[in-house]
Amino acid sequence: MPRKTYRQAINEALDCEMARDDTVIVIGEDIAGGAGGSGEDDAYGGVLGVTKGLVGKYGRARVIDTPITESAIMGAAAGAASTGLRPVAELMFVDFLGVCFDQIFNQAAKFRYMFGGKARTPLVIRSMIGAGMSAAAQHSQALHPIFTHIPGLKVVMPSNAYDAKGLLIQAIRDDDPVIFLEHKALYDTQAEVPDEAYAIPFGEAEFVTEGDDVTIVAFSAMVARAKAVAEELERDGIEVELIDPRTTSPLDEEAILESVERTGRLVVVDEGSPRCGMAADIAALVASKGFAHLKAPVAMVTPPHTPVPFAPNLEAAYLPSNERIAAAVRSVLGETVPAE
Amino acid sequence: MQLDRPTLIEAYRRMRLIRDFEDNVQAQFEQGRIPGFVHLYAGQEASAVGVCLHLSDEDYIGSTHRGHGHCIAKGCDVTGMMKEIFGREGGLCRGKGGSMHIADLDKGMLGANAIVGGNPPLVVGAALTVKTKGLPHVAVSFTGDGGSNQGTTFEAMNLAVVLNLPAIFVFENNGYGEGTGVSYAVGADSIADRAAGFGMPAKAVDGRDFFAVFEAAREAIERARTGGGPSAIEVTCMRQHGHFIGDAQAYRSREELERVRADDPLRLFRERVTGEGRLDAPDLDAVDAECAKAIADAIEAAESAPVPSEDELTTDVYVSY
Repeated sequence: MPRKTYRQAINEALDCEMARDDTVIVIGEDIAGGAGGSGEDDAYGGVLGVTKGLVGKYGRARVIDTPITESAIMGAAAGAASTGLRPVAELMFVDFLGVCFDQIFNQAAKFRYMFGGKARTPLVIRSMIGAGMSAAAQHSQALHPIFTHIPGLKVVMPSNAYDAKGLLIQAIRDDDPVIFLEHKALYDTQAEVPDEAYAIPFGEAEFVTEGDDVTIVAFSAMVARAKAVAEELERDGIEVELIDPRTTSPLDEEAILESVERTGRLVVVDEGSPRCGMAADIAALVASKGFAHLKAPVAMVTPPHTPVPFAPNLEAAYLPSNERIAAAVRSVLGETVPAE
Repeated sequence: MQLDRPTLIEAYRRMRLIRDFEDNVQAQFEQGRIPGFVHLYAGQEASAVGVCLHLSDEDYIGSTHRGHGHCIAKGCDVTGMMKEIFGREGGLCRGKGGSMHIADLDKGMLGANAIVGGNPPLVVGAALTVKTKGLPHVAVSFTGDGGSNQGTTFEAMNLAVVLNLPAIFVFENNGYGEGTGVSYAVGADSIADRAAGFGMPAKAVDGRDFFAVFEAAREAIERARTGGGPSAIEVTCMRQHGHFIGDAQAYRSREELERVRADDPLRLFRERVTGEGRLDAPDLDAVDAECAKAIADAIEAAESAPVPSEDELTTDVYVSY
């Protein structure tokens, strides 16, 4: 199977679905490479480089450059979705969604319920999360818990190129509004990705590694870190079961509870802020539905409750490190860990 | 444009239906039979009807939290609406939306919208669907003077111009955003002129005059249907009631409230068409009787409808999960 980057995988998903269904459009800032300039067409492929080539294949009627106007992009995409198109809106950095929350939370997410089940809003919002590039506090957040909190939104966080393609195809075919969160540190990572279209269902976690000693639940870019830790601990005879839920809404609660029932120990690794975040949510899930199986308190590995810093050393200290993840595993196993 | 007799009757019928709906909803609310908040549209009928008479079920509208009039003008079933407002089974949104969120997608009614400035971007999306699919339809955003100040509305107007979409922005300037007067809250002298600044044709009309609204809407809708892009209409009208039922309106003078009654668009319509000999009083009286019965029946149906089953609480969050 060919190896492809996360970026290519996302581009292929868009390409597959645009070819299959002419109601799929993509809309966003610079996604057709910038319009109205004096230079070449499709210069960027979006600032993320994800949509490059699509305008050549599908034209400007379906690959739509907009002004910098997030509320209008979001609202137009939601309105188009509720009237018969399947828009994929690119909103660049997730941080920029701040100016258009209303159109997502109060409009798209609620149409179906508020209108008595008759509305369908097949909208995909692609955006980019995560720290690691010294982009600081307004370009580095991992805001997935905010979207997860809103009933009516599905939230997808692919951790690798294979999942990115299959989950995005599923998202485009899905009749609900889907927030599809790409991690900026993953765009150049590679995996084996089939050329053809395939869909990965939502709400089905992937067991990245299997083991009986401790369960780690990790999301997005944290999956690779947790996997590296699991491999390292295996050399010491510690068997980690690493679960990547892939979607936070719906969440595969069953996979997590079933694993904790066997291992009795849980570490959650997430890049979101700790208060009201995914780590707290999963800890609460296991405390309320799987407490009897726990042999140790749940450990949560998250950033501190601060904005994302700029200086590279501070940013490195902000993100959950392999060392902190390993220390958390050893602590739930009852090993004494030196203070950080 | 000279309107034929059936069109005049239909215009009056829809305006009268709105007025009766609102008067009766007010009475029911004051008797404690309707939960939540209710914002009445009475006094603005010529706007909704003057625009929507040009539209079919395939055309879209987006509305405001003061949405009953737009729903009725667009052809929504008044019994389904009444059940919805009462929070009963069989309501247009099965009792999950209420007064501020009535929608009927089969009628092209994309929803009353409880967020001021919420609908213009959505309507731009509906217009984008129409253009992408190459259809001859249009999408109309009804926004108040309050909503005209929201950034979402500015972004929507700009995007509609940039993409040359078949969108019409109707600004119903009823003088107040909640309790704050338009002369204070709108920095520009004219909402229409402000809309024109986005690069689209825009005009202001007297919303007491059904015929003025109808003609301005005809022009804008025809332009949009034939690829001429978006336009704006500022309709100056009078909100007969407070912002919500129960609003004492201390912010309005007694003289102003008296003028509101005198400027009633239904009365002006009736005087004009009978004065010009285009319709007779008995024609209009028959419409009055028909509408009164329709609303009385709607209330009776709503009162006797069951409340939604509690099993409905968690349904329809997602299409599939």
